[in-house]
Amino acid sequence: MSQSIIAPEEMELAYAYPASLTRAYTHYCPGCVHGIVHRLVAEVIDELGIRERAIGVAPVGCAVLIYNYINTDFVEAAHGRAPAMATGIKRVNPDNVVFTYQGDGDLAAIGTAEIIHAANRGERITTVFINNAIYGMTGGQMAPTTLQGMVTTSTPMGRNCQLAGYPIRMSEILAQTAGAVYVTREAALDLAGIRKTKRAIKRAFLAQMHGLGFASVEVLSTCPTNWGMDPWAAMQWAKENLAAYYPLDTFKITDAVKALPA
Amino acid sequence: MAVQLLKGNVAFAEAAVRYGLQAYFGYPITPQSEALEHLSGRMLQEGRVFLQAESEVAAINMVYGAACCGVRVMTSTSGPGFSLMTEGLSYIAGSEIPVVVVDMMRGGPGLGNIQPSQADYFLMTKTAGHGDFHPIVLAPASVQELIDSMGLAFALAEKYRTLVIVAGDGSLGQMMESAELPPMQPLPEQRPVWAVTGAKGREPNVITSMYLVAEHLEQVNLRLQAKLAEIRKHEVRFVESQTGDAELLLVAYGTSGRICTSVLRQARQNGLPVGLLRPQTLWPFPEQRLRELAEQVRGVLVVEMSAGQMLEDVEHAVQGRVPVRFHGRTGGMIPMVEDVLSELQALASDLGVTP
Repeated sequence: MSQSIIAPEEMELAYAYPASLTRAYTHYCPGCVHGIVHRLVAEVIDELGIRERAIGVAPVGCAVLIYNYINTDFVEAAHGRAPAMATGIKRVNPDNVVFTYQGDGDLAAIGTAEIIHAANRGERITTVFINNAIYGMTGGQMAPTTLQGMVTTSTPMGRNCQLAGYPIRMSEILAQTAGAVYVTREAALDLAGIRKTKRAIKRAFLAQMHGLGFASVEVLSTCPTNWGMDPWAAMQWAKENLAAYYPLDTFKITDAVKALPA
Repeated sequence: MAVQLLKGNVAFAEAAVRYGLQAYFGYPITPQSEALEHLSGRMLQEGRVFLQAESEVAAINMVYGAACCGVRVMTSTSGPGFSLMTEGLSYIAGSEIPVVVVDMMRGGPGLGNIQPSQADYFLMTKTAGHGDFHPIVLAPASVQELIDSMGLAFALAEKYRTLVIVAGDGSLGQMMESAELPPMQPLPEQRPVWAVTGAKGREPNVITSMYLVAEHLEQVNLRLQAKLAEIRKHEVRFVESQTGDAELLLVAYGTSGRICTSVLRQARQNGLPVGLLRPQTLWPFPEQRLRELAEQVRGVLVVEMSAGQMLEDVEHAVQGRVPVRFHGRTGGMIPMVEDVLSELQALASDLGVTP
C-alpha cells in the first residue's frame, strides 16, 4: 500500500495565525474572553482585507491595550469617548474602516451619551461591545450591566436594584436609534456562540464598508477573576444567568444589511 | 482682501476656514454660537467637515479623533463648555496632537452669565486638564488680531504638536469692527507621518497618552517639559506702548488691554509717565520683559475682568521689586476708563510719581 505524498505547498490551508493579530502575549487573565473576541476581530479584518484601512479606537477598561494585540492603526480614547473619537476619525477619513472596542463600563455607563448619539447619527463605524457585567480593570466593581444580586467589590451584599439601579440593556436601546442599521447580541461562551459572534462582527464591518450606518455587536462574556469562578464555571454561569437577562437576539437589521454577502 | 465690518465670532470662524480648517466639531454656547452657525454653512460649502456634537465632551473628543488623522481641526466654546472639555484637552496634550480651541470667556463661576469676562485665565493657562502641561494661549484684543491669531494658532499647534487656545471674551466675540480677512489658503496635501490613516505599507501608528511604566511616563513628561521650555523661549508675544520713559506700568490683555490703551492716552495727556504692557500670549507669559520693566518703573497696575488671575503671574515676574496693584471687575462687568485712571492716579500719588 502506498500513498502519494502531498507537498506542503499543495496542502489545503486549514489554520493560520491571523495577520491582523500581533504575536504579543496578552495581559488578560486565564479564561478571559477578550482574547477570543480580539482574535475574531482580527480574523474578520483579515478576511475582509482591510488591515491597511482599519483604524481602531481603544477603550478604557481591560481592553485598554488592544493596540498591542491587533495589528492596525489605533488611537486610545478617554473612558467612554471612543464613539466620539471614532466619529472624528471617520468624518475626516471616510475611506478608512473605523471600529471601537468597548466594555460595559465604557459603553453602558460613562459613555452612554457618546454611543447613543453616534448610533443615532448613523455614524459609519463598527462597535464591538463586551458585556461581562463587571468592572474588570479597576478590580471588580459593579457595572451598569451587573445583575440583581451579583456580588461585586462595590455591591458586597449583592446588587440591590432599589439602591443601585437596574442592569441596563444597551443593545435594546441602541436598536431604537434611527441611525443604527445592525444591532445584535451574541455570546462568546461556547464554540457555536463564538462562530456566530464572528459572523455578526463580520456583518457589522461590512455594514460600515457599504456605507449603511452604525452597527454594533454586543458580546456576552465572563470575568472569572472578578466573578470568583474558574473559567468553565464562569462560562456556565454566564449562559444560565447573563443570557437569561440579556437575550441573544438581533434587535435591528435593515434590509440593506440583510442583503450583504455573508 | 478688502477691509470689511465683521463680528468677532464670524471673523475668527471665517479666518479659520481661510487658514485651512478641515474639520470643526462644536456645541452651541453663548457668547460664541455665531462661530458654529457660520461654520455650519461654510464648511459644507467648501466640502469640509462640520458636525454639531451632543456635548462639549463629545465635541473635544471628535476634535481629538480628527486631529489624530493629521488634519487641521478646531472647536470653539465658552467657560462652561471649556470646563467640560478639559478631560479631552489633557489627552490631547498627553498624546501631543495639534488642536486649536477658541474660548470666548463669559461670567462665572457656574452658569454665571453671558457677559464678557477674563476669569478663565487660570483654566486656560494652568489647569486645562489633569497632569503637567500648558497650552499656548493667545490673547487678541481686536477683531483684526483675532483673525490673525487663527493663522498663528494653527501654525504653532502644528509646529510644536501642541494645544493652542485663542482666548477672547464675550465683547470680542460680539463686537463688530472693520478688519481684513486673509485670502483662501490651499489645504495641506499630505498627512503627517504620525497620523492614523491606515497602516498601508508601514508599521501601525498608535496614538495614546498611556504609559504604564513609570520610567516611560517620566520620559514622556521630560520630553513635554523640554518642548514647553522651547515654547517659553521662542513664542512669548506682547505689545508695549510708551514704556521708554514710564515710571508706572499698566499690565492688561485682551479687552482689558484695549481699555488700558484709552487709560494710557488720557494719563499721558495728564502728564503721567505711564506705559502699557499688553501680553498677546498668556502662556508663555512675558515674564522676562516684565521683570526688566520692574527694574525701571516704580509701580505696576494690573487690570483684568476677573478677581485677579494674571495678577499672580505679574507678581511672580515682578518678585516684589515694586508695588503691584490690581483693578478688576467680575461677573461680566467691564472696567471703566475713569475708574482705572483714578486707580492709576492714586498709585502715582502714593509713590510720589508726579506729572
